[in-house]
Amino acid sequence: MAVNLELTQEKFQELDDYVDALPETKGELIKVLHKAQNIFEYLPKEVQIHVAKKLKVSTAKVFGVVTFYSFFTMEPKGEYDINVCLGTACYVRGAEKIAEAFSKELGISVGETSADGKFSITGLRCIGACGLAPVVTIGEKTYGRLTADMVKDILKDYK
Amino acid sequence: MSDINIIVDDKKVSVPAGSTVLEAAKAVGINVPTLCHLDLHDTKMINQSASCRVCVVEIEGRGNLAPSCATPVVDGMVVKTNTIRVMEARKTVLELMVSDHPKDCLACAKAGDCELQDLTERCGLKGDSISGKTMSTYKKDYTPSLIRDMDKCVMCRRCETMCNKVQKVGALSGINRGFDAVISAAFELPMEDTVCTHCGQCVAVCPTGALTEHDHTWKVVEAIADPTKTVIVQTAPAVRVAIGEEFGHEPGTIYTNKMVTALRKIGFDYIFDTDFAADLTIMEEGTELLARLQNFLDGGEGASLPILTSCCPAWVNFVESQFPELIDIPSTAKSPQQMFGAIAKSYFAEQLKIDRKDLVVVSVMPCLAKKYEANRDEFKVDGDADVNWVISTRELADLIKKLNINPDELEESEFDKPLGVATGAGVIFGTTGGVIEAAVRTAYELRTGKNLPKIDFEELRGFDGIRVATVDMDGLPINIGIAHGLGNAKDLLTEMRDGNPRNIHAVEVMACPGGCIGGAGQPYHHGDSSILKARQKAIYEVDKSLPIRKSHENPAIVELYEKYLGKPCGHLSHELLHTTYNIKEKV
Repeated sequence: MAVNLELTQEKFQELDDYVDALPETKGELIKVLHKAQNIFEYLPKEVQIHVAKKLKVSTAKVFGVVTFYSFFTMEPKGEYDINVCLGTACYVRGAEKIAEAFSKELGISVGETSADGKFSITGLRCIGACGLAPVVTIGEKTYGRLTADMVKDILKDYK
Repeated sequence: MSDINIIVDDKKVSVPAGSTVLEAAKAVGINVPTLCHLDLHDTKMINQSASCRVCVVEIEGRGNLAPSCATPVVDGMVVKTNTIRVMEARKTVLELMVSDHPKDCLACAKAGDCELQDLTERCGLKGDSISGKTMSTYKKDYTPSLIRDMDKCVMCRRCETMCNKVQKVGALSGINRGFDAVISAAFELPMEDTVCTHCGQCVAVCPTGALTEHDHTWKVVEAIADPTKTVIVQTAPAVRVAIGEEFGHEPGTIYTNKMVTALRKIGFDYIFDTDFAADLTIMEEGTELLARLQNFLDGGEGASLPILTSCCPAWVNFVESQFPELIDIPSTAKSPQQMFGAIAKSYFAEQLKIDRKDLVVVSVMPCLAKKYEANRDEFKVDGDADVNWVISTRELADLIKKLNINPDELEESEFDKPLGVATGAGVIFGTTGGVIEAAVRTAYELRTGKNLPKIDFEELRGFDGIRVATVDMDGLPINIGIAHGLGNAKDLLTEMRDGNPRNIHAVEVMACPGGCIGGAGQPYHHGDSSILKARQKAIYEVDKSLPIRKSHENPAIVELYEKYLGKPCGHLSHELLHTTYNIKEKV
């Protein structure tokens, strides 16, 4: 697997160093979670508990923030993260069908990662490319005006 | 600060700056409906999430409707609380709220006490005009104390405010968004696996049936119906000054002796009093306090002060999960409920010549954490709990009603002997400051050998969240700290941990605002904190009315030590009446 998901001591140390360098930790939970996700690639329980202790806030609060913002993820993303925009414009032009097609092809639901760690599907709110609706991004690449039957071909590039 | 003048529904009103439109309306007798809003002034609990929008009003010059609970008054404001626009908005809000709410109101545990139900009635919701997706996605979560049925949650966030801001426990948070949004523990764990202390204050403020006590009344009925069992009951001090409310009496009505007769009618074999066990607690805890104090004064090794009271089960849970550094300082004395159970299943069972397993001990408590406490493994012998079933004040009232008993029509009667004999010191355990006052009454006389010049320690009483007072033990000044509400306790405890600058020797903590009188098993106060004060006043009245007001003068306690236990903190006492605490790492 290309992405290193191990929860190593070094990563926790890096996060602690970041927090210790903040002039004030109060009100910085979201910023710290961003950093944590950047370091660990995802936010498993262990990381959330660690952040809660470090910032002296309740774990419930950390979990509340992590589950509220779709940017944060408790599941490690795949090597190729398929971001399906589910914003209003994409939605009315059939984004749900596109998401379903990816799910069917890969055998995983939105929010999940394939067992080999290669693919994950993420549902996003508006990414600001409504003119291309329905739109999907994979890494740096953007695929616009999609139909469900195009999904198979797109995946060929990554398999 | 100068007052602000505004007009509400054509009435002029002058209120202090910083007041809300809701408060201004209330000041001129206009009762704007609310749902999420809750303001328990005396306990500094305020939920102002403005999330439900039930309290919206029209403000001249403002385009949109304003939530009156969270809109501060501005000079010259003109407010209308009953225009057609307001009423339509309010109705729509409620219709939407009801549209995804389970429709099992007839069978809901909160039926009759539900604020959502009251509102839909008041705001004229006739029929269900909006139908849509129903939540019904969350599993019910049961702990020994409470049940969370999140399908009935209206996201008012009162429980979250109570748990995080008032109690400072931090077990709850709003999670997810949209239809999936709900109040939950971290990682959606069952509450039992979290830092939840089972204090139940979330239940005390929940407007709907989302949070309720774990009802055990039927277990009690089954035990009474079983001819092979002897069933005895103990009632906690705070129950007697609150249960009358359930039968239409004013808050603060002393209902002790009607309640005792009602319990007899229900079919309990013996009606006993937790106050007796409170007196016993004082003997053990007071002796421990004096010993630890003496050791401290002598500069003894490992002398640890302050000593913390340990009667409150939610408080014990709180220390175990959040203050591992202080695990050694709570008194090892069991709570009165558990002392009662231990004595009932040894001393009293021996008197009756029956096996402890044939004796069923029932508690009536103002508290939900007592249910959790009774279920702890430390308080079981070969799987048999010292206290078998705990029901709340509300549950007892329900049981009385279920059995067609009208306590108002009953004769008054007294508790049975010997475990129903108690003093005024036992009664005041029901309010903040009471346990430590009872302890001081006894500790003073045991230490000095002199009679107390004055029984009432006014300096220990009151309603402030944290109180510190010095009691003169015949020349020896003892500094006492008192906290009620776990948030206040947390603040006081943090002070202890960080060096104890005020040199406090003994600390009393009660987890609930006001102490047990404000317990989560008491009749719902629906945000009216004057009810708690009325109950507190009644507690002190009961104390004053009793002939004996010091625990060590309780004749049944004296006899218990002479005949059975030996001396306080002696060998048998240690076995039966003391316990240990364990650090519990939880999230």
